[in-house]
Amino acid sequence: MNDLNTYLLVAAILFSFGVFGVMTRRNGIAVLMGVELILNAANINFVAFSRFGGMNFDGHIFALLVIVLAAAEAAVALAIIINIYNNMNTINIDEASSMKE
Amino acid sequence: MDNIFINYSLFILFLPLAAFVIQIFFGKKLPRQGDWVSIGAISITLILAIAMFVGMLLDYNPDFRQEASFTWLDMGAFSIQLGFLVDNITIIMLLVVALISTCTHVFSLKYLKGDIRYSRYFAYLGLFTFSMNGIVLANNLISMYMSWELVGVSSYLLIGHWFEKESAANAAKKAFLTNRVGDIGFFIGIMLIYTAIGSFTFTDIFEGVAGGVLVGTTLTLAGVGLFLGAMGKSSQFPLHIWLPDAMEGPTPVSALMHAATMVAAGVYLTIRIFPILSPDALLVVAYVGGFTALFAATIAITQNDIKKVLAYSTVSQLGYMILAVGTGVYTAAFFHLLTHAMFKANLFYGSGSVIHSMHHALHEKNDHETDAQDMRNMGGFREKMPITYWSMLASTLAIAGVPLFSGFLSKDAILAGSLSFAQHHPEHFLLPVFGFGAAAITAFYMFRMMFMTFHGKPKMPELIDDIHESPKEMAGPLVLLGTLSVAIWYTLPHLNPISTDGSWFTTLVHPVTAVVPGSFTAHAIEEGAHHAHNLAMGISIGVAALGIGLAVLMYLKNIISPETWGKRAGFMYDWSLNKYYFDENYDKYLYQPTLRLAKKIAWIDWELYDKYFINGFGHVTNWASRVSGKFDYNIIDQFLVDGVGRIADNFGFMLKKIQTGKLQNYLLYVTAGVIILMIIQSY
Repeated sequence: MNDLNTYLLVAAILFSFGVFGVMTRRNGIAVLMGVELILNAANINFVAFSRFGGMNFDGHIFALLVIVLAAAEAAVALAIIINIYNNMNTINIDEASSMKE
Repeated sequence: MDNIFINYSLFILFLPLAAFVIQIFFGKKLPRQGDWVSIGAISITLILAIAMFVGMLLDYNPDFRQEASFTWLDMGAFSIQLGFLVDNITIIMLLVVALISTCTHVFSLKYLKGDIRYSRYFAYLGLFTFSMNGIVLANNLISMYMSWELVGVSSYLLIGHWFEKESAANAAKKAFLTNRVGDIGFFIGIMLIYTAIGSFTFTDIFEGVAGGVLVGTTLTLAGVGLFLGAMGKSSQFPLHIWLPDAMEGPTPVSALMHAATMVAAGVYLTIRIFPILSPDALLVVAYVGGFTALFAATIAITQNDIKKVLAYSTVSQLGYMILAVGTGVYTAAFFHLLTHAMFKANLFYGSGSVIHSMHHALHEKNDHETDAQDMRNMGGFREKMPITYWSMLASTLAIAGVPLFSGFLSKDAILAGSLSFAQHHPEHFLLPVFGFGAAAITAFYMFRMMFMTFHGKPKMPELIDDIHESPKEMAGPLVLLGTLSVAIWYTLPHLNPISTDGSWFTTLVHPVTAVVPGSFTAHAIEEGAHHAHNLAMGISIGVAALGIGLAVLMYLKNIISPETWGKRAGFMYDWSLNKYYFDENYDKYLYQPTLRLAKKIAWIDWELYDKYFINGFGHVTNWASRVSGKFDYNIIDQFLVDGVGRIADNFGFMLKKIQTGKLQNYLLYVTAGVIILMIIQSY
């Protein structure tokens, strides 16, 4: 139980959930949450490789970097969503399609 | 100090050119349209010319001569030297040109006042003076030829000054083209000489001819060729037709160019080349000159236009000078050139003054139909225009050959020369007959002109009140040149009124023997002329008295009616009045055939060459370009260029369908793409 594959499996499941969430949810905030899941799946991989794969502290550093990045990304994304809401009175991203052909 | 005269002459040459350049570019912008620039330049020229003249008199050296030259063109074997020659003839001629030119400038101030091309007129006067001085100063045939052509150009420009008048424009063209005929001969002469001698300078040419390099028929032909140029410029029969028409130019121009200086250029040329004229060539010269003298005089007697009378008298007097060169007394020709320049310029100024006054009078009466130059409208102007009358009378007496006046001296020298020539060669008895005949007729028609203009009852009495003496700018030159028509200026330091023996002129300008083997020596010619002098003088006074007497009887006392005699003369009167139908016959036998030939050639050019060759070439080009155009459009444009565009267009059309605007669709494509890549990777 206490080996690399277990962690990779968990991360893969988490990534899949994240992708599924991003691709299927209409709510913008839910999409954002899917993105967070994907990022955290990647974080689990980094930390797992750090523990078992000989990456040592590099993995930790990368994980922390991703967390910071996720926070920044969430801030920007939430600002976009608020703007979408202000302009279109909805946060359903299917309706924010004014740039289509 | 050595070449001070050359330095002076450089200024004399280039000052009028500078005035021309300033006038032509800035004339209109300068105050008073810049006439003071021209007047200033020509005045300095005159002062320098007088300085040179005084220097010559102080020096009193008959053999005075300064020459300077430089290499203009050097191509190894072929090099052209240009340069200046200043001797006594040059100095006198420079003074004549500068004096008459200055008078013309001053006279024009009033005569052309308010003219629309006032500054341009003065510019052209400057150009003319420059070119004329160029001829005078040349020590070689090439620079003389260049100046010669420039004189032709400036003459063309000035005759055509009022080019709005069709007659003036045509006269300008006629003058230019007629001169070209002579100039071709001039050029052939130059080439003949250059081919034989290999140099253009007078010194080398004279040496070459003296050394027998150029002999016989070739020499005669070369001389006649050069003389042909002189015939054109000096308006000798049969190239005389342009000069009377040239009177279309402003009258001061007629005085300067077509009476005093430019037409004298031909005479000047023959004087310069006299040493290489072979006896045969001289005979041609003498006959052309003598015939012209008589022939032009017979036309002048029936003309009614005051300027036409003067024009034909100019042709006649130029004939005299040419006759003098032909009979060997070429210094007499130059003497006559000098005196004629003074009195003929004055006569033209006088006629200009009369015409100017007539114009004003007609203008007052609002009469624009009457011809201001027709003597039949004049008469009785003597009291109204005393200055004009007296100065013109002085010049008329001079041209008629009355003792105490300048023309008597010079004409006498010429007639003595031709008489002596006939005494040595009795077969050429016609030459003095031409001379004396012309002298009688000249006296007649000049007094006819004077009487018709100034004496008798006014023919248009309503005008006479408005006839006034001209302003002082016009009267000044008249007085000056009228004074210079008196003999005393030419006989100094002696006061002998009937002979120039020992005068400054005969001392300073002494004839040289022609370098052609077999010519008479200058001494023999002089001796002969001296012997014939008294006889010639007697006949000359006699014929002049005859002519004047006849004029008095016909036009002053009205004892003989000119009309009756005109009718009695029948066809001769008509011939004279119509200038022997020269213009008509030239038109019929020369111009029209030339035009017909030109039309034939034009037909070939237009109908054959143009239509078939040029147009055919055009058709081929047209067809080729049409094919090329089709290829360009259909293949390159439609297929290649548009084809690339269409491909891009089609792809874009297909691809735009996946541009749904739904974020998650894009994400799906990305994911699908990654998965496909991974699958590809794993294989």
